[in-house]
Amino acid sequence: MSKGIFSGSIGRKFVMSLSGLFLITFIVIHLLINAFSLGLCWDGRALFNAGSHFMATNPFIQIMQYVLALGFIIHIIMGIRLTIQNNAARSVKYTHNNPGANSSFSSRSMIITGILILLFLVLHIKDFFIEIKFNELGGLPSDYDLLLAVFSQPLFVGLYVFAFIVLGIHLNHGFQSAFQTLGLNHKKYNPIIKGASVLFCIVVAVGFSSIALFHFFNV
Amino acid sequence: MTKLDSKIPEGTIDRKWENYKSHSNLVNPSNRRKLDVIIVGTGLAGGAAAATLGEAGYNVKAFYFQDSPRRAHSIAAQGGINASKNYQNDNDSDYRLFYDTVKGGDYRAREENVYRLAELSGNIIDQCVAQGVPFAREYGGTLANRSFGGAQVSRTFYASGATGQQLLLGAYSSMNRQIKAGKVKSYNRHEMIDVVVVDGKARGIITRDLVTGKIERFGAHAVVIATGGYANVYYLSTNAMACNATAAWKTYKKGAYFANPCFCQIHPTCIPVSGELQSKLTLMSESLRNDGRIWVPKNIEDVKAIREGKLKPTQISEENRDYYLERRYPAFGNLVPRDVASRAAKERCDAGYGVNKTGFAVYLDFQDAINRLGDKTIRERYGNLFDMYENITGDNPYYTPMMIYPASHYSMGGIWVDYETMTTIPGLYAIGEANFSDHGANRLGASSLMQCLCDGYFVLPATISNYLANDIHTGPINTNTPEFEKAEIDANNLIKKLFDIKGTKSVDYFHKKLGLLMWDKVGLSRNEKGLNEAIAEIKTIRENFWKDVKVTGKADQMNNELEKAIRVADFLELAELIAIDALNRNESCGAHFREESQTEENEAKRNDNDYKYVSAWQYTGEGNQPTLHKEELTFNAIELKQRNYK
Amino acid sequence: MDFTLKIWRQENATAKGSQQEYKVKDISSDTSFLEMLDALNQQLVEKGEDVISFDNDCREGVCGTCSLYINGEAHGPKKLVTTCQLYMRSFTDGQTIYIEPFRANAFPVIKDLVVDRSALDRIQQAGGYTSFNTGSAPEANAMPIAKEDAAAAFDAAECIGCGACVATCKNASAMLYVSAKVSQFAYLPQGKVEAAERVLNMVAQMDTEGFGNCTNTGACEVECPKGISIKNIARMNREFMCASLTSE
Ligand SMILES: Cc1cc2nc3c(=O)[nH]c(=O)nc-3n(C[C@H](O)[C@H](O)[C@H](O)COP(=O)(O)OP(=O)(O)OC[C@H]3O[C@@H](n4cnc5c(N)ncnc54)[C@H](O)[C@@H]3O)c2cc1C
Repeated sequence: MSKGIFSGSIGRKFVMSLSGLFLITFIVIHLLINAFSLGLCWDGRALFNAGSHFMATNPFIQIMQYVLALGFIIHIIMGIRLTIQNNAARSVKYTHNNPGANSSFSSRSMIITGILILLFLVLHIKDFFIEIKFNELGGLPSDYDLLLAVFSQPLFVGLYVFAFIVLGIHLNHGFQSAFQTLGLNHKKYNPIIKGASVLFCIVVAVGFSSIALFHFFNV
Repeated sequence: MTKLDSKIPEGTIDRKWENYKSHSNLVNPSNRRKLDVIIVGTGLAGGAAAATLGEAGYNVKAFYFQDSPRRAHSIAAQGGINASKNYQNDNDSDYRLFYDTVKGGDYRAREENVYRLAELSGNIIDQCVAQGVPFAREYGGTLANRSFGGAQVSRTFYASGATGQQLLLGAYSSMNRQIKAGKVKSYNRHEMIDVVVVDGKARGIITRDLVTGKIERFGAHAVVIATGGYANVYYLSTNAMACNATAAWKTYKKGAYFANPCFCQIHPTCIPVSGELQSKLTLMSESLRNDGRIWVPKNIEDVKAIREGKLKPTQISEENRDYYLERRYPAFGNLVPRDVASRAAKERCDAGYGVNKTGFAVYLDFQDAINRLGDKTIRERYGNLFDMYENITGDNPYYTPMMIYPASHYSMGGIWVDYETMTTIPGLYAIGEANFSDHGANRLGASSLMQCLCDGYFVLPATISNYLANDIHTGPINTNTPEFEKAEIDANNLIKKLFDIKGTKSVDYFHKKLGLLMWDKVGLSRNEKGLNEAIAEIKTIRENFWKDVKVTGKADQMNNELEKAIRVADFLELAELIAIDALNRNESCGAHFREESQTEENEAKRNDNDYKYVSAWQYTGEGNQPTLHKEELTFNAIELKQRNYK
Repeated sequence: MDFTLKIWRQENATAKGSQQEYKVKDISSDTSFLEMLDALNQQLVEKGEDVISFDNDCREGVCGTCSLYINGEAHGPKKLVTTCQLYMRSFTDGQTIYIEPFRANAFPVIKDLVVDRSALDRIQQAGGYTSFNTGSAPEANAMPIAKEDAAAAFDAAECIGCGACVATCKNASAMLYVSAKVSQFAYLPQGKVEAAERVLNMVAQMDTEGFGNCTNTGACEVECPKGISIKNIARMNREFMCASLTSE
């Protein structure tokens, strides 16, 4: 009777939440390495280059790269599929609707924030990943210099900051939602999850953006 | 004249049911598959019966006018359900529950039926708990009880203020299990508009599909009417908007006797009427009388000041309040039975002490209880009722007393049935509020849910086999017979006739008019003059209805106006029978108060010499006076007394 | 009070519907929303027009028959009440009120504001019960149940099956409705025996009926007239997880 845990509507939610939580771990690591570049407690250039070198060469990370890509793909495809299905579940829409009365903006706009993040991801991969992996940094001496080069352009910095805010909004719902999906809802711990969720999305949005702005103003 | 045979089994009262079951005919499980049973109504009575007959292996077809079985009006019952479990160790017993129920009904119920009800009451609770009904519990994990009117023990089981809902969802879940198993076929939005009798036996029904308007025939070896009560004959009542008498009334017109129609219960604690557009009255559960105290001001000046908004009830001191129930009935106080409480409220308001603008309201005050038990306990017990009250009236009962007034609520009368719940038409059964059997002239709180479930889970399933045993060779019921044909044509004609009138007044206009008349002259208190007038006026309203009603929309699609028109047409006939019955019964008993029959202290005076019977009315054709059959009541297990709650 | 009403009219399931404008006048603020519609229907009858069909029955907020999407919200702007318990004092004089049926593909329109919610019944039929035949139940007090568990089961069992959760959810998901039943039984020992089968079957039926997927917006819990909590959804997710990991 049961077609397995990942089938059916609840199964699809499990997939979304597990892949989402996995992507969150990546974001945390990424943020950490970016933070190296600030040079707060060590030479920023050396630390960042070392971290980035480690990520580019460590065999485990090399394998994880594919897992990560898979995580992204699953999360994206499943997200789009869910949205299409969900839209189809109500083919005649309300002429007058007031969703603001019962739900948060971030929870209702996951597909929009998600797609914006996807677009940003494409840009980001082009700017950094491809430059580092396949283009020998476009002639620049180190990863750190690439970072500085990108973050010296106002348009890019603006775009990045916008993307990080969008990411924060996405995470604000995504983070706590993942717990609810996995059945982790308890009167005692809900406030902690909610608090952690808000804190996390602020750290991510402010963290990434401030790093970009730091370099922009420091150059 | 046929003699009414109630088919009481042999033996002492506590052995009768056992005796019956040991000697009745049975249908063996493999034969049950060949037998179809139609159940009209999926409230507690019908839902429980459908589930149980399905489990037994019969083919059940269940009909109801709502979109889901879960929406039957049983859902609205708030307070609780009685059972003689004696969990509170307060000397409760089957006998005591039986005694209280017969006494509460003012000795107008058939004692053997009531005893069986008490005997089976415990099993109901077991069954419901097994279904997952979340009854209230004590800290130790056992079931909790509360007290209800007319009893001095705590035997009422409850699930907050939503007992009926939870019990109905239990029955609904059992019924769903049988739907899945293929044993129950459920027909939603189907209204029964006639019963079909073939060779003297009930063999099917005619329904209108409320979505497509289609008139359809359904055949079965037996038909069960579980369509609830007719309190809506008063227009304003605590019943749901679509509660109706149509199914019961049509069986009456096909030969089933109608018993004690004048026994209509007026519930003492309802939210008073507030405006012209009012469509129904909301009940505030009787359980509130456990902790609430009923009063009006002692001084008429205070009443005036309150009505003018110059004085608040909380400003009236203890000495200036008249806790009239506690004053008149010190032994039972606020927990007197409903009929007594309702009349006492009417008495005070008629004397000019009513406390709202219309002069028809008394206070139900929780201040003492809140002081004694604290907000939290009161909230736990009645939170949802308080919220409901506040939502409807805008007043918060934690701070200011509730205002309440009696409203039409329940019909003790109904289709006459024998011990087997079979009507005078063989193969036609009536269970739940639709029959007349167990509550006499007045129903005690929390006893209807008990009766409905008892009939549905235990009584009908045990008695129907006694009849069906003779039908195992009959084969499927053919609906292509002249009787079905005629019933279908009649139904179509009725609808055509209603559309063809093309009058000027809406259905509601007539229903409201009827309701007001019934409330005035066939309501809480009745007299010969008023009843005679009522009979004449009902006739006039009915005639005008058939001349001047306007039904818009179409017959072959959903049409709420047409649905109402069919129902109101039947109320207009039933109302007359109620008045005729009330006129015939020149005694006061239970909810039926004849001004001609009262004690010096204005208490109801029963007349056992002349009226110790069930009046069962037989239809004798349009425009003819119905024939009265009397089922004499004998009381062997209980001594007849004038009720005394002092 | 006077109101302008914009009401969805649709002759039957296949007909094309549209929004029609009506006016009602001199409505007292103590009138309930449905009584206000009654008054409008009286006007229509007087004019010889077909009345507006809308589902309603008990008018006490418990049968779950009434529905209506009023000014963009299921059961209107007031929280924790059904439409029948909504009073005109919740609106302002002269206000325009939009009234639409509950919309979801799983709830096809029957006529005007009436929709077919039998999908909800079919989900219950798939497993919302315990399998005790009448007569086979053990003595009621043989199974003590902690007061809190009984209370939690009651809170979930209070669902009136109106479908407001579906109507509200941007995905037309029925998760809150289904979870209320699953959760009620999960709190009670009687429900444990068939727990795995129940959740798997009910969820499968829910999916077959064409409801959308839950994305945890929490709108359902806010608009639920009985305040059923989404913690029941989390609980159902857990039950589903355990059931699908262990069932064969
Ligand atoms: C507000 C309120 C509170 C109450 N509180 C309590 C309480 O606390 N304790 C207690 O013991 N009692 C209480 N009662 C009384 C009790 O709820 C009812 O007497 C009882 O539920 C009736 O159940 P039933 O199964 O006979 O009928 P109902 O539940 O009324 O069901 C009738 C069924 O018949 C169907 N039906 C009707 N006519 C037709 C037709 N023509 N064609 C097809 N189907 C039809 C309906 O669709 C429905 O399914 C209360 C009653 C009310 C109104």
